[in-house]
Amino acid sequence: MRRLARKIARTGRVTEPAPPLAYDDEGCPPAARALRGSLQVRHVDAGSCNGCELEVASAFGPVYDAERFGVRLVASPRHADALLVTGPVTRNMAVPLVKTWGATPAPKLVVALGDCALDCGVFRGGYGVAGAVADVVPVDVSVPGCPPAPEAIIVALRRLTGQ
Amino acid sequence: MTVGDDAVAALQVLVVTGSAPLLVGVTRKVRALLEGRAGASVAQPWRDLRKLFGKERIVPEHASWVFGVAPLVVVSTVSLVAAAVPFVSTRAPLAGVGDLFTVAYLLLVGTVALALAGLDPGTAFGGMGASREMTIAALAEPTVLLAVFALSVPARSSSLARIVAATLAAPHRAVSVESLLAFAAFAVVVVAEAGRLPVDNPATHLELTMVHEAMVLEYAGPDLALVELGAAMRLVVLLGLMASLFAPWGIATTARPAQVALATLAFVAKVGVLGAALAGFEVFVAKLRLFRVPELLAASFVLALLAVTVSFFLA
Amino acid sequence: MTTAGAGLLAACVLGLAAAVAGVGLPRRARAWAVGVATALMALGALVAALAVIIGDRAFTARLPSVLPLSGVTIALDPLGALFVVVAAVVAVPVAVYGVGYALHGPDGRAFHAVVPLFVLSLLLVPAAGSVTTLLVLWELMAVASTLLVLADHRRSPAARDAGQWYAVMTHLGLVAILIGLVVFAGHAGGESFAVLRARGPHLSSSVRSAVFLLALVGFGSKAGVVPLHVWLPKAHPEAPSHISALMSGVMVNLGVYGIVRVGWDLLGGGPRWWGVVVLAVGAVSALFGVLHALVSSDLKRLLAYSTTENVGLMLIGVGAAGLFAADGHRTLAAIAMAAALLHVLNHALFKALLFLGAGSVLTATGTRDLDRLGGLARSMPVTTATFAVGALAIAALPPLNGFVSEWLLLQSLVHSLPSTSATVAVAMPVAVAVVALTGGLAAATFVKALGTGFLARARSEEAEAAHDPTVAMQVAMVALAGGCVAAGVAPTVAAVPLERATAVLGPLSTAVAFRGSGSSLRLNGISGSMSPAAIAVGLVIAACVVLGMLRAVGSPRARRRAEAWGCGRTVQTARMEYTATSFAEPLQRVFDDVLRPDLDLDVSHASESRYHIDAVRYRHGIRDAVDTGIYQPLLRAVGGWGRWARRVQNGSIHRYLAYALVAVLTVLVVAR
Repeated sequence: MRRLARKIARTGRVTEPAPPLAYDDEGCPPAARALRGSLQVRHVDAGSCNGCELEVASAFGPVYDAERFGVRLVASPRHADALLVTGPVTRNMAVPLVKTWGATPAPKLVVALGDCALDCGVFRGGYGVAGAVADVVPVDVSVPGCPPAPEAIIVALRRLTGQ
Repeated sequence: MTVGDDAVAALQVLVVTGSAPLLVGVTRKVRALLEGRAGASVAQPWRDLRKLFGKERIVPEHASWVFGVAPLVVVSTVSLVAAAVPFVSTRAPLAGVGDLFTVAYLLLVGTVALALAGLDPGTAFGGMGASREMTIAALAEPTVLLAVFALSVPARSSSLARIVAATLAAPHRAVSVESLLAFAAFAVVVVAEAGRLPVDNPATHLELTMVHEAMVLEYAGPDLALVELGAAMRLVVLLGLMASLFAPWGIATTARPAQVALATLAFVAKVGVLGAALAGFEVFVAKLRLFRVPELLAASFVLALLAVTVSFFLA
Repeated sequence: MTTAGAGLLAACVLGLAAAVAGVGLPRRARAWAVGVATALMALGALVAALAVIIGDRAFTARLPSVLPLSGVTIALDPLGALFVVVAAVVAVPVAVYGVGYALHGPDGRAFHAVVPLFVLSLLLVPAAGSVTTLLVLWELMAVASTLLVLADHRRSPAARDAGQWYAVMTHLGLVAILIGLVVFAGHAGGESFAVLRARGPHLSSSVRSAVFLLALVGFGSKAGVVPLHVWLPKAHPEAPSHISALMSGVMVNLGVYGIVRVGWDLLGGGPRWWGVVVLAVGAVSALFGVLHALVSSDLKRLLAYSTTENVGLMLIGVGAAGLFAADGHRTLAAIAMAAALLHVLNHALFKALLFLGAGSVLTATGTRDLDRLGGLARSMPVTTATFAVGALAIAALPPLNGFVSEWLLLQSLVHSLPSTSATVAVAMPVAVAVVALTGGLAAATFVKALGTGFLARARSEEAEAAHDPTVAMQVAMVALAGGCVAAGVAPTVAAVPLERATAVLGPLSTAVAFRGSGSSLRLNGISGSMSPAAIAVGLVIAACVVLGMLRAVGSPRARRRAEAWGCGRTVQTARMEYTATSFAEPLQRVFDDVLRPDLDLDVSHASESRYHIDAVRYRHGIRDAVDTGIYQPLLRAVGGWGRWARRVQNGSIHRYLAYALVAVLTVLVVAR
């Protein structure tokens, strides 16, 4: 415990300062405006290779700290406002993704993260792939990249919270 | 001009309700700072609640009226406790409710309501959360009541107003052996009842490690807002009880508005400090596996038993 | 004739008339006539008891011609009247329930004739004024209840087994009471309670202790204390549900009545160890009962073990009262005794309600197994609502009635310190810890019973096909639920009767327990007050404020009913719900050493390879430790002795003639 305390004292704050918010009214879906600065996100892995998950973990980690912008990861879609979907939608995950979207209370958003979520990326045409996320549930925000950098994820989320 | 007893009760409820999300924000901020991050603003939980009240309300298809009634029961019981415990003034706004046993059982009503609501949707995780929550509540009961026993012996009463008045009249009692033992036992109980580490992790996403979260997985919208508000108010009430019982200085003994205002500030400050200390402590401990929690509760029970025995021998 | 006398006479006449009607009338009228007559009989007894309590005068009567040799003495004082009130208040709804239950359950002539006699004996036992009267009425109660337990014996072998256990144990208890009271009467020189009361305090302490212990054993076995409780979980589930309600809600109270009457009225109180023994017995019963209720998945067995737990709580109050009285703290003793007596009333109300609810579930679904029930909140709303009231009451949650007696009990235990006695200093924290642990475990037990049995989805087809029972049964349950709420919100009504009842007991008679001032309970002499009405009103106000706030701030969207989330599973069935067994599993693991579950795991492998498994058989069961640890070895020993004795009595006429010859020769030799 003393070692941990010393480590905390030595490390201090490692969060990078937040870049100015490039607030663009067109880029903010109407549903997000109703949220007024509070966004609870439920991450759904629809069949990803986990590359995007590592970037999401980094985005919510100490260096990029997405929480300071009013975003929080939650465990249940019933508690969530937005679904953060990664990966191409595999055949096994198509129905669970639809159910997850159905379980989310209105107003709700879907953020498709990564090239695979946008258009199946390198897995396009695979036998186990049912389609891109937009083929299964309506998508509001897309974040391209393979994987997208944490800064890009943060920019997309900040556009939704306005912080 | 004096502040009437009913006004004090209403003031206490308002202060507890308003400061509860703030306390959650403070605990998250302290945790973030110790983790080397900036963390969300302290007012973020207020924004979260405001948003939740505007969201759609969903009820699972197999749930009954219990599912909808439980959040009301949770918030109502904790509000009644907030009105009755002498947080701000000892003039016992609700004398018939301000008994320590009554308060303990009223908090148990909230636990039972939420456990039933966890079982109602018919999901596996809801049942698991309810089962674990009732296990912890049942095993924490002896410690709670024995701690109440230990606290009521010096004051010759289990009425909260009298206990607070007795401690104010004899400050050296607050650092006596029995008081310290009772404090230690009570601290473990507060952690268990409020669902904080090391008993339960309020921020976990792994269902198999959830206790409180698992019971509320099905709640959405305004119901979820009430449940989260209720849980936060519960934490404020428990920390406030700890402050009132063991460090009551600052609590108003008369009805003068200046004293009441000062007492309100003292209450908010004490609860803030205790909450920050709890959050700081949580960073250094890991969650106990469920079957180690009874050992922790048994240890707190022994401490409470010692407190009662010591109070007999030193009386 | 006084009101009390008239009431009791009316009760006897109506009881006998009901029994005759049960035998004589045709099938359709039988149930109605017996139900109405039994309800009126209970009301008559209630009037008599209330007259005694309000007038604060005992009613005595002597009827020398009713029984040969000793006659019948009736002496109804406020203590007995309290128990009569409890019996009557439960008997009226049960009689109404029986009218509807007769459509589903046993409805033969014998059954309908015995039920009113059973209720009559329950009403009259507290009014007995002499040893013979008490014993005769006690035996009537035992025989009637045995017959009623056996009501279903044709359909169920378990009922036959239960009837056997119950018959044997209740008569062993009767023997203990008989010996104790006869020894008492012999030393006191008379058998009426007045004589016993006068001479009791003057007998030698060894006689008093012997009488007390025998009474504790005999009346304790009727009350269902550990280790004499084994008949309870066997007999109560097998009896028809409204009979179980009477047995659990009223009959076990008479055990507590006997202990209080003999120990602290007739014997005039005793040394400290009497109180400690009763307290210890109560504490062990409470913990044992609640642990077995917690792990039981048979609804009626759960309720039966819960009766043992509540009787334990009552005896903790009685024992604490005895302990305080022996030390001279009369106020505290009066409060503890009042708490115990109030718990008698409250337990009768909510236990009867729970058993009637279980009976409705059993008639609607045909099963008592909580692991196969569920989903009854939709199909049986009235039953679920009333069962919920009963479950919350028995879990001692404010603002219902269980909380009031629990609070009183805790207040009496907590104010004992600081004290000069080391016994008290050790016993009180242990007693508070036991009360607290049983309270917590009882809350868990009844969340399990209500949550898995009534909420969520039905786990079997029988549960899906359920529906609310007939009007008579519903009315009875709603009445008892209303009684629980009323007793919870306005317990001050009971303040005066409790005070008069405790005043009957010598060592407590100068103390006043508590006063009801307005809506709040104020304890006399010690600082403590609780207002259940304020709690109820406060909760209602808070709920209204929250609802108003929701309307003002809340979402304009309509409520949507959707499939349960369940982590996105494609198929969700009732099989995925938590069952009663799984709900109790963490606590069962914590109390493993006490419960000692039987775990049987049988893995059979396919013939080709150890790694291919053919079938897995898993059995999990918890047996009553007292049953397996004490009674089964005892029965085996008795059986062994019987087998040995069979060699002596082997059926050979030659051997018997030889015995007779030897016996005659011995007598001739000895008589010389």
